[in-house]
Amino acid sequence: MRVALCGNPNVGKTTLFNQLTGLRQRVANFPGVTVERKAGTLAGAPHVEVIDLPGTYSLTPRSVDERIAYEVLVGRLEEEPDVVVCVLDAGNLERNLYVVTQVIDLGLPVIVALNMMDVAEENGLAVDASALEKDLGVPVVPITASRGEGIDELKGCILNPPEPAQVYRWQLMDAVDAKIPALIKQLAEEAPHVKPMHLRMEVLRALAEEETLDAWRLEAPEFVNCIVVLQEEFAKRGVAWRHAEVSGRYAWIGPIAQRVSHRFRGPATLSDRIDAVFTHRVAGPLCFLLILVCVFEAVFSWAIPAMDLIEAGVAALAGGVRSVLPAGWVTDLLTDGIITGVGNVVVFLPQILLLFFFLGIMEDSGYMARSAFIMDRLMKRVGLSGGSVLPLLSSYACAIPGIMAARTLDSERDRLITIMVAPLMSCSARLPVYTLFIAAFLPTGKLLGVFGYQGLAMFSMYMMGTIMAFVAAAILKRVVFKGPESYFVMELPPYRRPRLRQLFWRIYQRSRVFAVRAGKIILGCSIVLWFLASFPRTETSPEATQIEEQAIQERNREYAAAQALTPGTDLAVAADSVALTDSTLAHALDLTARADAKYAAALDSANIVRQSTQIRGSAIGYLGCILEPVMQPLGFDWKISAGLVSAFAAREVIISTLGIIYSVGDAEGGVALRDALKADRYPDGRPVFTPLVAMSLLVFFVFALQCMSTLAIARRETNTWRWPIVMWFYMTALAYLASLLVYQGGQLLGLS
Amino acid sequence: MTLRDLRPGESGTILGFEPSAAINRLMEMGMVPGSQVQVVRLAPFGDPIDLRVRDYHLSIRKSEAALIRISRHEG
Repeated sequence: MRVALCGNPNVGKTTLFNQLTGLRQRVANFPGVTVERKAGTLAGAPHVEVIDLPGTYSLTPRSVDERIAYEVLVGRLEEEPDVVVCVLDAGNLERNLYVVTQVIDLGLPVIVALNMMDVAEENGLAVDASALEKDLGVPVVPITASRGEGIDELKGCILNPPEPAQVYRWQLMDAVDAKIPALIKQLAEEAPHVKPMHLRMEVLRALAEEETLDAWRLEAPEFVNCIVVLQEEFAKRGVAWRHAEVSGRYAWIGPIAQRVSHRFRGPATLSDRIDAVFTHRVAGPLCFLLILVCVFEAVFSWAIPAMDLIEAGVAALAGGVRSVLPAGWVTDLLTDGIITGVGNVVVFLPQILLLFFFLGIMEDSGYMARSAFIMDRLMKRVGLSGGSVLPLLSSYACAIPGIMAARTLDSERDRLITIMVAPLMSCSARLPVYTLFIAAFLPTGKLLGVFGYQGLAMFSMYMMGTIMAFVAAAILKRVVFKGPESYFVMELPPYRRPRLRQLFWRIYQRSRVFAVRAGKIILGCSIVLWFLASFPRTETSPEATQIEEQAIQERNREYAAAQALTPGTDLAVAADSVALTDSTLAHALDLTARADAKYAAALDSANIVRQSTQIRGSAIGYLGCILEPVMQPLGFDWKISAGLVSAFAAREVIISTLGIIYSVGDAEGGVALRDALKADRYPDGRPVFTPLVAMSLLVFFVFALQCMSTLAIARRETNTWRWPIVMWFYMTALAYLASLLVYQGGQLLGLS
Repeated sequence: MTLRDLRPGESGTILGFEPSAAINRLMEMGMVPGSQVQVVRLAPFGDPIDLRVRDYHLSIRKSEAALIRISRHEG
């Protein structure tokens, strides 16, 4: 048996879902789309599957989320549910009941769960559940999902589902109602696959909605004709056919809601009082800005200890594996390729978790809607709407959740534009790249004694990306997605205290999806990249051999000199003796110790030379060399180009690639890599990395779409390769041009 | 007059709509001819507006408000 939970957004559906299923739930995706399909089994009744549908205001779907809810209920996406539990906010009966009347008309057994009875009561509103049950003709169970009240009664009702409704209880205006039977007959003839129970709904939708009518044009041309003729006739007679269904439903609901709810105290004003501040002309935007600053400060500073810990753990694990396994390429693959590669993803989890946490609080408390309310005016100017604020903010953590969050947008065009520009927001994968190059090449001083140059540079990276996202949105709207203005109709739900347990559970689920999906891709890429960097093998490096030979000779010479100081004593043996009373002997031993240290350093540099010879000869070095002429105008040599090739998979990989190229290990932002970058020279002695090259590279990273996961998710969300491909090309072109401008312009200005 | 002409604090009764893609959505959200609507406040940058309709808050743009014909409640 399958039970679907449906209802408006923000009515506590998910809380109820958690109460009904406990932790026995699976989060997957609906086939073909990435809308989460949350399902679980009813606690105490494992044969009952419970599905949590996305929130919907009506069964005439507008957003992707609503379409999913609609298609499940009419049995188009999967078999239709056996019982539908409509969850209602008792404090907002009228609007909540609208979709209930539509679900009842589908002919499915419906149970109404009257939620948030406690909140309604606090707000001075009493709702009579049994009166509502009588008026609606379906069972009504009062619950308070957050406290688990009424859950057992609801379960009992689910296990003994009611009969589906047989009559339409609401009245269509007579003029329209009279015409419906003929239209139903016509549609049934032309489209026999439509279930009899759905015919009336389809007719009403086709009558009211141009898009729905258009959709029938091919399959049921005569039906469409009838409707067009009828619409003309209505227009002539002055019949408001367009409002017929909605007005009819509300005309039924309104009086019911009046009858069953009793206001014993004036409405609570806490939510209004909060809004008086949060949406105040001056305080509102200030609060919004302050909240943003705090969230980002927290995300970036609180995450650092955890990230350091993860880095150390990954390094220790790689070291441990290396010490246990025999040396060889399999071990190298395991440590340098797999462990380090996966570590590169895991290290971002603290930031992503924190961002999910804060966004979750904003969402659950109702503040997210206010941020859209505040920002809509500005967003509209660049071709987006207030609803794009959340997806774009999420993209600062990672474009993947950002692109997914765009599903809540009503307008398909707004959704596409949001998806197309979301990757321009600087995600956390760019952060280590920014950190490394800014720390290495920008001065540590302060501007005007207040703002550190490095902090300013970091801030300007974020600003550049954000501004470009707005510019790109404005251009996309005017050039690519032309069309009439979209509309903005959004509920401002009452403020609520977020439920932490539920929030943590959701964060856990979302980040698991992220870690698994991104982890798989990065794991694969790390392995491929490791092979590209390690093959073909360059076995010999005359340069390195020479360094080694010289080192051996030098060490022998210094040993001989030390030995000459203390004839008769074997220095190799004396080194182990504890008592060093003889100062000459101590001096000699000191000399040999220094010789050993010098020798070890020489061996290290021989190793570095050997590894970079290897990289230069490898497939990735080859690619880098091919790209070098193209990248030279941006100031990039073959090593940076090779790094950029590897960064296509995921941005932060450039750090491990450069680490491998410079053979300094790849602790992110590590001092060793920083020094190696600064020390690198072209054959003619010019430094490879100057502050200008670093700026050019940073700008490239701000704009370029170097993330396979983003492309993959954009493909899934737009259902075509077209948009991800357009996205990749426009962003890469943007990155190239911007870097070109920075480097060439900088040179003209005499910078280096 | 249209809903756009109402100042914050004023309320009115919906009479009808100018045709637009937004209308069906607005009606589903409870704004049908005959319902009462109050303008609560404007957003900080002047648009959109915060309405009270059927005892909850709904936010729409001024451009949508201009499509809604109303009669203003006096006093």
